[in-house]
Amino acid sequence: MSTSLTQRPAPLGNTKLTQRRLPGWTPAAAAVVAIALGSGIGLAFDISSRLQWGLMAVIIFVAGMYALSAGVEGRRQAKDRLATSLVWAAFILAVLPLFGLIWFTVAKGIGVINANFLTHSMNGVLATDTNGGLYHALIGSLEQVGLATAFAAPVGILTAVYLVEYGRGRLRSAVTFFVDVMTGVPSIVAGLFVLSLWIMILNMPFTGFAGAIALAILMLPTVVRSTEEMLKLVPNELREASLALGVPKWLTVIRIVLPTALGGIVTGVMLAIARVAGETAPVLLLVFGFDGINANPFSGAQSNLPLYVYQQYSLGTDASQARAWGGALVLIVVVMLLNLVARGIARWKAPKAAR
Amino acid sequence: MAKRIDVSGLNAYYGTFRAVEDISMTVEPRSVTAFIGPSGCGKSTFLRTLNRMHEVIPGARVEGKVMLDDENLYGGGVDPVAVRRTVGMVFQRPNPFPTMSIRENVAAGLRLNGVRNKKVIDEAVERSLMGANLWNEVKDRLDRPGAGLSGGQQQRLCIARAIAVEPQVLLMDEPCSALDPISTLAIEDLIGQLKERFTIVIVTHNMQQAARVSDRTAFFNLAAVGQPGRLIEIDATEKIFSNPSVQATEDYISGRFG
Repeated sequence: MSTSLTQRPAPLGNTKLTQRRLPGWTPAAAAVVAIALGSGIGLAFDISSRLQWGLMAVIIFVAGMYALSAGVEGRRQAKDRLATSLVWAAFILAVLPLFGLIWFTVAKGIGVINANFLTHSMNGVLATDTNGGLYHALIGSLEQVGLATAFAAPVGILTAVYLVEYGRGRLRSAVTFFVDVMTGVPSIVAGLFVLSLWIMILNMPFTGFAGAIALAILMLPTVVRSTEEMLKLVPNELREASLALGVPKWLTVIRIVLPTALGGIVTGVMLAIARVAGETAPVLLLVFGFDGINANPFSGAQSNLPLYVYQQYSLGTDASQARAWGGALVLIVVVMLLNLVARGIARWKAPKAAR
Repeated sequence: MAKRIDVSGLNAYYGTFRAVEDISMTVEPRSVTAFIGPSGCGKSTFLRTLNRMHEVIPGARVEGKVMLDDENLYGGGVDPVAVRRTVGMVFQRPNPFPTMSIRENVAAGLRLNGVRNKKVIDEAVERSLMGANLWNEVKDRLDRPGAGLSGGQQQRLCIARAIAVEPQVLLMDEPCSALDPISTLAIEDLIGQLKERFTIVIVTHNMQQAARVSDRTAFFNLAAVGQPGRLIEIDATEKIFSNPSVQATEDYISGRFG
């Protein structure tokens, strides 16, 4: 017994608790040096693409931080630095295109935005004219997406309620399967489906409503999936607490489960709206694009913002391309406004946890 | 308003697995009956058969008779929703509704069952919170969220919510297991007061608690893991804790088991 006690293994590595550390400003300094080096190499070797300069700077930064840390702080800290710098690099690579896109759209589109642009249609405006606007497309977009949401949101949320709260066995798996299949339907296929069924077989005219049907088909799986996930997150204890109070199941779902999940459901519906608001293909097939103002989605061709952007850009004149950028900017702003409103509603109605 | 529960030949299943086997017992009105026993012996499952909450779990079913005075809870034409209004339940973890304020939580049972009269609801809220010894702590902040209270307060809020619908019987499934000793004491005191008005059944792992709060104690056990749980004996609490009739009970209570 006593002999085995004397053969204790030596403690792992250094027993001192303090170690050499790089100062806190090292990553920032390394980033500056890496950018300088990346630009320097780019200039020296006459590389024209700024993207390649940036990529070289990122690689130099990640490798440099690892080498520096391995030299001063040891291997374990070096691995930690490596992971941290990779996460930062990935974050910057992801955010740069986003900022670039917004900056580009604002820079190119802000010039044409004025009261005239927002309140006039393209009726009788030539491609080379600098007046004209997107009022007709804005109306079309809002009406078509609104109709699609009015159809897809209730149906989608109720489908998710069925899947989570009521569904059992075969029917449940079948519904889940078809929702998964619908997720993969390309927008042009949804457009062709509505075109062949609604317009060719049922002989209906090209209208904003026909476009809304296709958009609703595209929204449905997103709404079902996200709502389903949010309903699954509602703790079972809340359902049981409500049932144990003698509240019927349907009322439990409406008054307890859905309000608890409301924030997530609203976010899911907003994602679906954001997705279909930018759809061009089904709109091209079904709404047909009309340069005048038609506020009635149930009769006659309409326009739509993505379609407007597409048409204006393909006209190819300076004036029309400026209008296309303006349309893109308005589309982004509209989706963002809808998003903010929905988030406001979700926050207002969200579970009142201790803040 | 308190009612007697008379169980005979009750079996509870999860799918094909029999969790509770052949239980017969009587729960006296206006008294506290405690269920004790090792984990997995079917105490909670049996408790949930007393207000038809067992069948909420998919695949779960019950055989046998549960008489509430002269009505069989499992008889033909019995509405489980009506049963749950008569037999209320408090759960192991406090579960106030997160979207609702303190007032709305207590009023939830009444509101969701169609009571609209504001005066009736306000009176019920005050009465129930007083009944749950919570009124003085929350009367100035009834419109704050219920989830912002401490754990012990949340559990008393849940008790207030359960008694607001004026049930005949109150089932408590380890109501103090997530609480500190002071909150536990508050709830035990409350149980002592509530038994004047309700028939109370409480599941607990804490034998001192069973000895402190209950009038009668039922000991459950299971022969082995995977076997159904059974009722070993039920008797007056003093008798169970001083001189039980079955050796297994004495072994469990004195810490010698297995």
